[in-house]
Amino acid sequence: MATEEILEIRWHARGGQGAVTAAKTLAEMSLTQDMFFQAFPEYGPERMGAPIQCFNRLSKERISTYCGVTNPQIVVVVDPTLLDVVDVTTGLTEYGTLLVNSPENPSEIRKRMNIEGRKIYTVDATHISFDALGRFMPNIPMLGALLKITGLISKDEATNYLKESFGKKFPQKVVDRNIVALERAFEEVKGE
Amino acid sequence: MALLESKTVALVGNDAVAEAMRQVNPDVVAAYPITPQTDIVQTFSAMAADGLVKTELVNVESEHSAMSACIGAAASGARVMTATCSQGLALMWELLYIASGLRLPIVMPNVNRALSAPINIHCDHGDSMGARDSGWIQLFSENAQEAYDNIIQAVRISEHPDVYLPVMVLLDGFIISHAVDRMDLMEDEKVRNFIGERSEPYTMLDSKNPTCVGPFDGLYGYFFEFKRQQEEAMKNSFQVIQDVGKEFEKISGRSYGLFQTLGMEDAEFVVIAQGSGAGTIRHQVECMRSSGIPVGMIKLRSFRPFPAKQLVELLSGVKAVAVFDRSDTFAGGMGGPVFIELRSSFYEQEKKPLITNYIYGLGGRDLSIALVKQAMQEIHEMASSGRVKQMVNYLGLKE
Repeated sequence: MATEEILEIRWHARGGQGAVTAAKTLAEMSLTQDMFFQAFPEYGPERMGAPIQCFNRLSKERISTYCGVTNPQIVVVVDPTLLDVVDVTTGLTEYGTLLVNSPENPSEIRKRMNIEGRKIYTVDATHISFDALGRFMPNIPMLGALLKITGLISKDEATNYLKESFGKKFPQKVVDRNIVALERAFEEVKGE
Repeated sequence: MALLESKTVALVGNDAVAEAMRQVNPDVVAAYPITPQTDIVQTFSAMAADGLVKTELVNVESEHSAMSACIGAAASGARVMTATCSQGLALMWELLYIASGLRLPIVMPNVNRALSAPINIHCDHGDSMGARDSGWIQLFSENAQEAYDNIIQAVRISEHPDVYLPVMVLLDGFIISHAVDRMDLMEDEKVRNFIGERSEPYTMLDSKNPTCVGPFDGLYGYFFEFKRQQEEAMKNSFQVIQDVGKEFEKISGRSYGLFQTLGMEDAEFVVIAQGSGAGTIRHQVECMRSSGIPVGMIKLRSFRPFPAKQLVELLSGVKAVAVFDRSDTFAGGMGGPVFIELRSSFYEQEKKPLITNYIYGLGGRDLSIALVKQAMQEIHEMASSGRVKQMVNYLGLKE
């Protein structure tokens, strides 16, 4: 099958912010839609706080490419401080989408980063995670915003999945708080 | 799918392997963790601790001890597994030959990783290729599904009375071991019925029929005959690998043989690859075929035994063949191990294709679509011009 039919996503985060978990959760959620998927980290030793990348491929057809993602259609920036450290738009396709964890409006990010074309979305995942979880863990709100802008799965389906999947691993309180974070990001993400 | 009662899941390759091991439920597992195989041992250890298997898990202090413990356990009649990669496989070296020489059916996933130096934890096939003459059957897997399927089949292949050889199941480090992929798991009962009970011609624990395992053979003994019989067992395994593959298809819907082909009915030039690289290459082959380019491919599953006869039959009529190797032999210009085997297979043939070698992906260097396209273009030109520009090519070097 042609590459165009595979949605490729690159996540930028720092070690310990849960981006790999978010990418894996996205893969698992896409299974509920009977899609094919891959989720893989940039392979190497994980260091807390160091810039990391991870990747997704999503498709309605079987995926047989096992190479790195070089031209993603979507880039997700989980940690806003990375915008000054990493060139997050590298390889982003012409009509691609940039989703940033930021309290700023998309137009401000566009101006500051001097980005032409492409869609830019922002969501204040840091704020949401402090409100909902009481600490900085922006992965699930970023996943919520990503699901909203891709329309991959509905808010209800996503929360149901979290209830079932996180419910097996975490106490009910943690599950509920993550669901709040996910729902808020669904509502608050804005783009241009 | 419902008919086959399988369960579709999202798993990383290492967890797929651990799940296959849980279903096989071996009597003994002795293993030592090493990146990128660690999760196999970790996940399986958790399964053993949770009582999901009846396996006696032996925590050893090295891979040398892991294989030693496996040999002892297998010789006593137990169904035995371990897992390793790279430096760990290298540390097992002398024991690999003992396992195959004693004709012990041990199944070992090896998560392909480069051998140092320079220190590198990423994928290439240099580790298992070094063990190509150790008398182990070696089966490559493209993805998590194939790794899972290969392990289940490996139990049957290694324990077949015509074979009795240890089997290495190969999967690409990180690219497959650490990536979440979609795959189907079979029901426990179906796997258990498929593998059955371990058959054993001799066991050390049968006091009425005592046997001696691994004694000194002396100068006037039968060492030579043992080795010749190992080769015969390897020859027998061609049929057994195919038979087990056919039987596996009946319960899984997924077919396995010595290799898998694509577009061979009308191909003018053909690419041969193994492991995850074969998946990326197949993507490009499919793209090219949809634009009418007569390209075919062979994904080699069984490197040991090497299916020379079948490959020669398939390829003698094509114009050009390119072999992709994820390791080198450092023979001074002979190319990678798969290339050397295939090229040598054609020696007796009057009709043979042009043949070239691409060495790629050492130490985890990415085999990108762009690199595959570049190689494909060169091979297409080679087929059209009837001339091999360069016999051994290094694909994707920075220098």
